[in-house]
Amino acid sequence: IKAILIFNNHGKPRLSKFYEHYTEDTEQQIIRETFHLVSKRDENICNFLEGGLLIGGSENKLIYRHYATLYFVFCVDSSESELGILDLIQVFVETLDKCFENVCELDLIFHMDKVHNILAEMVMGGMVLETNMSEIITQVEAQNKMEKSEAGIAGAPARAVSAVKNMNLPEMPKNINIGDISIKVPNLPSFK
Amino acid sequence: MPAPIRLRELIRTIRTARTQAEEREMIQKECAAIRSSFREEDNTYRCRNVAKLLYMHMLGYPAHFGQLECLKLIASQKFTDKRIGYLGAMLLLDERQDVHLLMTNCIKNDLNHSTQYVQGLALCTLGCMGSSEMCRDLAGEVEKLLKTSNSYLRKKAALCAVHVIRKVPELMEMFLPATKNLLSEKNHGVLHTSVVLLTEMCERSLDMLTHFRKNEKLVPQLVRILKNLIMSGYSPEHDVSGISDPFLQVRILRLLRILGKGDDDSSEAMNDILAQVATNTETSKNVGNAILYETVLTIMDIKSESGLRVLAINILGRFLLNNDKNIRYVALTSLLKTVQTDHNAVQRHRSTIVDCLKDLDVSIKRRAMELSFALVNGNNIRGMMKELLYFLDSCDPDFKADCASGIFLAAEKYAPSKRWHIDTIMRVLTTAGSYVRDDSVPNLIQLITNSVEMHAYTVQRLYKALLDDISQQPLVQVASWCIGEYGDLLVSGQCEEEEPIQVTEDEVLDVLEGLLVSNLSTPVTRGFSLTAIMKLSTRFSSVNRIKKVVSIYGSSIDVELQQRAVEYNALFKKYDHMRPALLERMPIMEKTAANGPAEIVQTNGETEPSIPDTKHLPSIIQPANQANDLLDLLGGNDVVPVIQTNVNTKPASAGGELLDLLGDLSLTGAPTPTPAPSLPVSQPPFLLDGLTSQSLFNDIAAGIPPMTAYNKNGLKIEFTFERSNPNPNIAVITIHASNSTEADMTDFVFQAAVPKTFQLQLLSPSSNVVPALNQGSVTQVIRILNPQKQQLRMRVKLTYTHKGSPVQDLAEVNNFPPQSWQ
Repeated sequence: IKAILIFNNHGKPRLSKFYEHYTEDTEQQIIRETFHLVSKRDENICNFLEGGLLIGGSENKLIYRHYATLYFVFCVDSSESELGILDLIQVFVETLDKCFENVCELDLIFHMDKVHNILAEMVMGGMVLETNMSEIITQVEAQNKMEKSEAGIAGAPARAVSAVKNMNLPEMPKNINIGDISIKVPNLPSFK
Repeated sequence: MPAPIRLRELIRTIRTARTQAEEREMIQKECAAIRSSFREEDNTYRCRNVAKLLYMHMLGYPAHFGQLECLKLIASQKFTDKRIGYLGAMLLLDERQDVHLLMTNCIKNDLNHSTQYVQGLALCTLGCMGSSEMCRDLAGEVEKLLKTSNSYLRKKAALCAVHVIRKVPELMEMFLPATKNLLSEKNHGVLHTSVVLLTEMCERSLDMLTHFRKNEKLVPQLVRILKNLIMSGYSPEHDVSGISDPFLQVRILRLLRILGKGDDDSSEAMNDILAQVATNTETSKNVGNAILYETVLTIMDIKSESGLRVLAINILGRFLLNNDKNIRYVALTSLLKTVQTDHNAVQRHRSTIVDCLKDLDVSIKRRAMELSFALVNGNNIRGMMKELLYFLDSCDPDFKADCASGIFLAAEKYAPSKRWHIDTIMRVLTTAGSYVRDDSVPNLIQLITNSVEMHAYTVQRLYKALLDDISQQPLVQVASWCIGEYGDLLVSGQCEEEEPIQVTEDEVLDVLEGLLVSNLSTPVTRGFSLTAIMKLSTRFSSVNRIKKVVSIYGSSIDVELQQRAVEYNALFKKYDHMRPALLERMPIMEKTAANGPAEIVQTNGETEPSIPDTKHLPSIIQPANQANDLLDLLGGNDVVPVIQTNVNTKPASAGGELLDLLGDLSLTGAPTPTPAPSLPVSQPPFLLDGLTSQSLFNDIAAGIPPMTAYNKNGLKIEFTFERSNPNPNIAVITIHASNSTEADMTDFVFQAAVPKTFQLQLLSPSSNVVPALNQGSVTQVIRILNPQKQQLRMRVKLTYTHKGSPVQDLAEVNNFPPQSWQ
C-alpha cells in the first residue's frame, strides 16, 4: 500500500497517510489529482483505477469506495489483491463506526488523531497488520484509556463530562418551592 | 501567555472560514502562536500544539518547524506525548531530514519499555519510516521482539522486520531462525503478518525460497492452516460475510503461489487444497470472489495439473458473466495474463470478452480491447475485426491510437486476403485517421506495393476517400503517395474489383494541388503531395501544368518544400533525360519483421539511402564440449557443420571452424541482414528510389509443404519452409517442436549439421521448454545457404530432460521436399 487518503465530495482532505516519502507540495498535488480522477467516476463503474502520474503511474492502482460524502482511496501496488483491499476498506469503515458510534464526516474531522491511531493498528508501513475488528478496537480502547489516565488536570473537564454523562440525573422539577420562595427552574436541555 | 487553544477549537474556527484567504490567515495566526509557544519550551501544552500542527499539515500548510518538537515529545515519559510525537514523526519526518537519526536512541529505549503499547508505537514508527541506518541499529531489538510471546508485539515486529528487510536486504538471514515458530501461532494477526514476512523473504532471495521449500516443509504447514480455516465453520471473530478470515486465506494462497512456482513437489502438495478452495468457496459476495481470484492466479502460476487449470479458466469465465464490474475487471486482467499459455481455453470465452468491449466502463473496455487483440487468430479474424472496427468508431480518443495499431498488427498477421486487408486499412484510416501512429504510414505503403494486383483498386478507393475528406493526415499521405505511383492506373480506369470511375488527369492534379494549398495539410503531407505530382509527370501527359506547379513552390517559405521544388525544377531543366528513369515505379519493398529494428527508411522516394548495415554478429564460441559433441555428430564423413555469422563475406570453407549455434545470442526477432543491396547505387545523390530494408521472410513462398523431420518418444519436430527473396539460395526453415507426452521437456536444445556444401545458421529458440500434451511448441529458425543447389540433408541432435532424466537423440533428415532446395 503506497498511500491512504480520505477526502470529501469537494476534495478537502480528511485524512492523508503516505507510506512513501513525497514532499508536501507533491502530497497536496497527489490529493488533488486523485480527487479529480475519482470524482469523475460514475456510481456503477468498477472501483479500480490506474494511478495518476504523480503516484507511480500505471503500476499502481487506486482502489476506492464512496460512502455518503466521503471517498476512501487506497493507492496500492501490484502485490496487493484488489478485491482484498476492497474488503479492507470495508473493515476499516466498520471499525471507525464502532469506535465513534455511527461515524460521520464531522467525527473524522474533529478526531483526526484518533483516526490515525486506528489506522496505525490496521496498516503498518504499507502492509496490512490486523484485520480483526474486535482486536483492533480492543487495542485502541486500551491505548485511549492509558492516555486518559495520564491526562492530569487538562483532562479533568473531559472526565467530568463523561462522569456526568454516566450519572443518572433524576427529573428536574419545574418549580422549586421552599417555603414562600418560589424559584422557577429554567428549561435546560437534557444533558446527554 | 494564554493556554493555546485545543485542537477542536482550532478545527472549528478553521471551518468557519468562508474563503481560502480567511483560512490562510487563521492558520498563519495560529502558526505564529504555536511557534512562540515552542520557543517557550512549554511542556504541558506541547502535545496539543503538535496535534494542531499535524492538522494544518494535512490541509497542506508547511509544518516543518514542528519536527524537533516531535522529537521532544517522543522523549517525554507520558504516553499521550509519545503517541502524538510518534504520529508527528511518521507524518512529518522522513529519511531525507537529518533530524530523524536523533530518534534512533529514543526508539531503542522504547522498544525495551515495559508497556507493550509504547513498544508497539516504536515498532510502528520504525516500520513506517525507518531509514537504513536506523534499521541496521535496531534490527537486533526487532528480532528479539519477534520471539516474544506477546502476540500484539509479535505481529508488529513481523511487519517491522519486513520493512527492515526492504531497506537493508543483507539482514534477512538474521530473521531466519525467528521465523521457525511463527506459523505455529494461533493468533490470526500473527499468522497474517508472518505470512507476509515469509512472502517478502521468498520474493527477495532465491536461497530463502529453496530453503523454505526443502527444509522447513513450509508447504504442508500452510496447507494445514488453510484447511483449518476452511473447515472450521463459523468463528465470529474472524468472520467477514460468512467466510472465516479471508485476508489470511488470500495471503496464504499468495505465498503458496510463490513456493509452488516452477517446483513440482510443492505444486503437487497444493493441488488438493486448491481444488477444494476453488469448489467450496461461495461466490455471492465479494469476499468469496477475492479468494477465488487468488486461487485462480495461484493455479495459473504453479505447475498444476491440467484439470485444475481448466477449472481455473472456467472460474474466470464465470467471473466475466458476473454483474459486478470489479469482478469482471479482475477476470479480464487475469485472462490477459493467462492467454499466452492457455490460449485455447481462453478462446472459449471469446464472445463474452467481445461483449465487454461494449461496456460503459473505461477500464473494462481497455482490458477487453487488449485481450481481444491477444485472442485474434486466423480463424476468427473476420468476426473479430468487425467488432474491433465498430469499437474503434465508438471508443474514446485515448484508445484510438492503441486500437488502430492493434488492428494493423492483427490484420497483417492474419489477413485472409489482400483485398480484405486493404479494405480494413481503408476503414481504419477513414474512421480514426488522425489517431493512427506515424510509423504506420510507411508500413501501409509497403503493404500496398506488395499487393501488386490490387494497385488499381487501392488507388481508386484512396482517391475517392480523398475526395471526401482531406483532414486526416495519414490517410492523405498514403493516398497521395499511391496516386503518385499509380496515377496512370487511376486515369485509365482499369480497376477490376470495383466499378471503375472516370477520372481525368486534370482532376487528379486538382486534388493534389488542393492538398498543397489547403490549411489542413501538415508540412509532411505537402511534401508527399509535391512528390506525387512530380512522379505523375512521367505518368501523365500534362507536363506543363506540373512544371508550373513545381516552379511555384520553388520559392515557398517552407524549406523542405522549397528544396524539393528546386530539385524537381532542376530535374526538368538539366536532367530531363534522367527523369523517366528516376521516377519509375518503386520496386516491391521487403519488410523487416514487424517488431524488429525498423530499417524502412521514409519511402518518399527522396531521402538518402541508409547504407546497408552490415551488422557483424559476434561469433560466440561455444564451450568446447559442445563443439566436441557436434564433431561427434559428424561421424567423420563429409558432413561438416558450419555456421556463418558474417553473412556478407563468403565464408571460408568449413574445415576447423568451431560450431556456434547462436544459442546464446539474444536475437529473437531481430533480423539478420542478408546481402541485399537492392538499389542501383549510381544515382544522383539526392534522389533515390527504393529501400535498403533487409528482409528475412517474404510471404510464404509458393506453398512448399511442411514436413515432419522427427517423431519419436512423443517429441515431434516439423519443418516449415520459406524462401528468402533477395537471395533464392537461402532457404529459411522454421522448426516446430511439440511434445505429446504427459510431462514437459525442459532444457530442450536442438542442434543441426549439414553437408560441406551448405552453410547453416541457427537462430535462438523461442524457449527451451516444450510443454506437455501439445500445449505449445518451441520454434526455432534455421537458415541454410545452398549456392550449389544440391539436395538438402541434415543431421539433427536433440537433447532434453524428460521426467527428470536427460535424453539425447540423433537423427538424419533426408526427406526434404525438392522445392526447398531447387
